Amino acid sequence: MKRDLIDITDLSVAEIDELIAVAEDIIAHPEVYREKCRYKKLATLFYEPSTRTRLSFESAMYELGGQVLGFSDATSSSATKGESVADTAKTVSCFADIIAMRHPKEGAPLVASMNASIPVINAGDGGHHHPTQTLTDLLTIKREKGRLDKLVVGCCGDLKFGRTVHSLIGAMSRYQNVKFVLISPEELCIPESVRTDLLERNGIEFVETTSLEEAMPQLDILYMTRVQRERFFNEDDYVRLKDSYILTPDKLTNAKWDLSILHPLPRVNEISIAIDNDPRACYFRQVLNGKFIRMALILKLLEVE
Amino acid sequence: MIIGTIIDGIVIDHIPAGQGMYLYEKLGLDKLQCEVAVIKNAPSGKYGKKDILKINEVIDLNYDMLGYIDPLITVNIIRGGQRVEKIHPHLPETLTGVIRCKNPRCITSVEQELPHVFRLTDREKGVYRCMYCDTMGGKR
Ligand SMILES: [Zn+2]
Repeated sequence: MKRDLIDITDLSVAEIDELIAVAEDIIAHPEVYREKCRYKKLATLFYEPSTRTRLSFESAMYELGGQVLGFSDATSSSATKGESVADTAKTVSCFADIIAMRHPKEGAPLVASMNASIPVINAGDGGHHHPTQTLTDLLTIKREKGRLDKLVVGCCGDLKFGRTVHSLIGAMSRYQNVKFVLISPEELCIPESVRTDLLERNGIEFVETTSLEEAMPQLDILYMTRVQRERFFNEDDYVRLKDSYILTPDKLTNAKWDLSILHPLPRVNEISIAIDNDPRACYFRQVLNGKFIRMALILKLLEVE
Repeated sequence: MIIGTIIDGIVIDHIPAGQGMYLYEKLGLDKLQCEVAVIKNAPSGKYGKKDILKINEVIDLNYDMLGYIDPLITVNIIRGGQRVEKIHPHLPETLTGVIRCKNPRCITSVEQELPHVFRLTDREKGVYRCMYCDTMGGKR
């Protein structure tokens, strides 16, 4: 039976560990993988533009010796003529071997996976799931820290709407001795569902705080997200709070020497560019890891040995 | 009338008071040709008041719907004047076409022909979530 990746929880911890191991092998021996997907085609069906994610998928497929077809926004696709996601998935199954789908509506990639005869990867469905971002984050943490357990993980910024944070918490909480420090303005703290269903129910240790500086000394990982103006009810609150969640060199004074700073990118101003040359800044290495983990995922779903 | 005895039919008992008419519509009983009685606010030892539906014909029922409304509802199948079966509809694992997803960002909001499917994610609390977007489906 074909496998899809719609939600990170579709994968067991063992499967995630296996993907990470394959990605690390690709990094160590890229030449072994150059022809693995020869004559295979990836369809990138992007109903909304996300250049970074699309290029990551496309370069992953090219580095495996495969080819790519698709569209990069809905206006250049049959969707504008009103074709359903189900019909598009059936049609594209005739042309390609695997699909990566980005869609503004939640659940669209699931609909595609139920109708396609080929594997479907969710490349982001609205504010819902984005499993390859989570895999990217996990590979980055593994490469930077050498492990995914026994870590203090700080998540900072918009924890209310930040889906990447929710799925990172979900994925990391399956490893032993991971503690979360959740740093956000009160208005943007983690939703009740994440607190009860993910953290409390599984007995995961976590603390909530509004101060990045106070949290800093204990962190092994700092996962930054943006605090957006439109999330606030009034301008005063935004202006009062925004600088507290912008990472600047002075805030790193008390940080561990081997802290790893991650960010799903694109960044606007939430990490000062003065930090980019700090060896603890991992976010551009994270982008590169995104390509490697997508290569590993494509190999797994295409069942290429 | 069928209020007294049914020879061949169905008695849906222990419906939470006030939900009898809702079920009458949701189960499509208004479209039946046979006799149907809706009894409201009948005295009930267990719950104070209950509604009852009596249908003078053995028809196929949407047990998912019944289980979703209240798993304590009982369905009695009557044949030849005797109760031949008593069914306790349980909370179904999936609900198809029973409740609609109200999330405007859900794919079901733009693709009308997609079935609205909800999955039971917390049996204890009776929580259902949309299969596509995970939005919680409230009780009606
Ligand atoms: Zn939905």
